[in-house]
Amino acid sequence: MSERKVVDARDSFCPGPLMELIANIRLIEVGSELELLSKDKGSAEEVPAWLTKVGHQHISTEKRGDHWSIVVKRVK
Amino acid sequence: MSKHILVVGGGLAGTMVANGLCRRLGNELRAGQVQITLLGTSDRHLYQPALLFVPFGLAGEENLFRSQRQVLDRRVVFHVDPARQIEAVTKKVTTEAGRVFDYDYLILATGSRLMPETVPGMVEGAHWFYDLAGARKLRSALQAFTGGRIVVNINVPHKCPVAPLEMTLMLHDYLTKRGLIDRTTLTYTYPIGRLHALEPVAHWCKPVLEQRGIQSETFFNTEWIDPVNQRITSMEGVTLDYDLLITIPPHAGMEVVSTSNLGRGGWATTDPKTLLHTVHKEIFVIGDTTNIPISKAGSTAHFETETVIANITALIQEGCWSHDYDGKVFCFLETGMEEGTYTWFNYVTPPRLGPPSQMIHWFRLAYNRLYWLSVKGLL
Ligand SMILES: Cc1cc2nc3c(=O)[nH]c(=O)nc-3n(C[C@H](O)[C@H](O)[C@H](O)COP(=O)(O)OP(=O)(O)OC[C@H]3O[C@@H](n4cnc5c(N)ncnc54)[C@H](O)[C@@H]3O)c2cc1C
Repeated sequence: MSERKVVDARDSFCPGPLMELIANIRLIEVGSELELLSKDKGSAEEVPAWLTKVGHQHISTEKRGDHWSIVVKRVK
Repeated sequence: MSKHILVVGGGLAGTMVANGLCRRLGNELRAGQVQITLLGTSDRHLYQPALLFVPFGLAGEENLFRSQRQVLDRRVVFHVDPARQIEAVTKKVTTEAGRVFDYDYLILATGSRLMPETVPGMVEGAHWFYDLAGARKLRSALQAFTGGRIVVNINVPHKCPVAPLEMTLMLHDYLTKRGLIDRTTLTYTYPIGRLHALEPVAHWCKPVLEQRGIQSETFFNTEWIDPVNQRITSMEGVTLDYDLLITIPPHAGMEVVSTSNLGRGGWATTDPKTLLHTVHKEIFVIGDTTNIPISKAGSTAHFETETVIANITALIQEGCWSHDYDGKVFCFLETGMEEGTYTWFNYVTPPRLGPPSQMIHWFRLAYNRLYWLSVKGLL
């Protein structure tokens, strides 16, 4: 498996974590994982909801101090 | 020994940084201790924000361009000769014409490009206004429009976060003035679960769109477009019919960035504070081409250039670092044909939005002219 790409969107008010995820997921290969870092509670909930809608996989969400780490897998 | 600063890209960021460095390094340039070269793709400089006004016939095309040589300080050596390959390890850039430039500092400012071809059916079925050919084509389509379903569709990533919303609101005013609004359904689609990436803008525009009868679809990322049956379908499984589709195509960075292994998708991997390439510390990256998770906007590029000018000047004159970039972004927002507002934010200060006013709208129009002073480094 290729190295996991990390998208650090902790200081991103615009475009924000989910937009960063949408833009970056197309830059990784199918089957690879991406870790999104976000300080925004809203995206910790919104990201899994979006992944379900479009059919990518939500691997995990973990609270780490002041931010969340959300790991996703590109499925298609 | 003379230091060579090579700027790749003659858009907003590249031009501003080259001009700013000339101002700060005047003595060194005169003494031959510093040389500044800029590689661009064109001898004309385009003021991109004015493209928003082209579809409505509100911007004379003669006002969109200036000669690149004239907006550049005369001390900058300028070549219309795009970079083909950047060899960061040996600090060499090879151009399309086969020239080879060595550098001490490279400033990468190649911006972004529209990629409608990455969405099936988009080239054939959609209009856009983010380049001049597209804006002209949309102007013709709008002039011929007599009513029907218009979809304004936003894809990621894209530069200028506010232009798509401005287009929607201006379109509503334009159709009202032409007496077509009662015969038109206007739908705005957005990729995430709210109507704009900037939270205060999303809150502000929700009732505004509703009052104007503009429909909206959130969580809409375009999967494909059927140009024959005039339908657009999202990855989330929603299909909309249209008579006129106005899209913001997804963007990518420039090929030279990815083929030179400086960043995937043409987005150069950039430290958000130093604006240095994460691996190659002689490369500064500014403007749309960074992979920093902030708005791709002219104002971002402008504030980044201020940091880079200060740092390169300090490194050359005093051998030390000046200061880091704080993530500042400033955006005007046209809320119709006659009113506007603005917002600003940085890495730690969240955005807020003031009430729209005519004065801000006029200031924005004035800025369209002031841009030419700003890019010359005079403002
Ligand atoms: C319709 C519209 C409205 C906008 N409105 C606003 C606004 O109101 N406010 C705002 O802040 N921003 C706005 N923007 C965004 C703004 O124009 C861009 O963010 C800004 O131009 C970015 O500057 P840049 O120098 O990074 O990229 P650009 O200005 O795009 O310049 C990049 C340059 O690099 C050149 N280049 C590419 N590849 C190479 C190569 N290999 N070698 C040499 N040169 C190369 C390109 O030809 C181009 O000239 C708007 C944009 C559009 C399209």
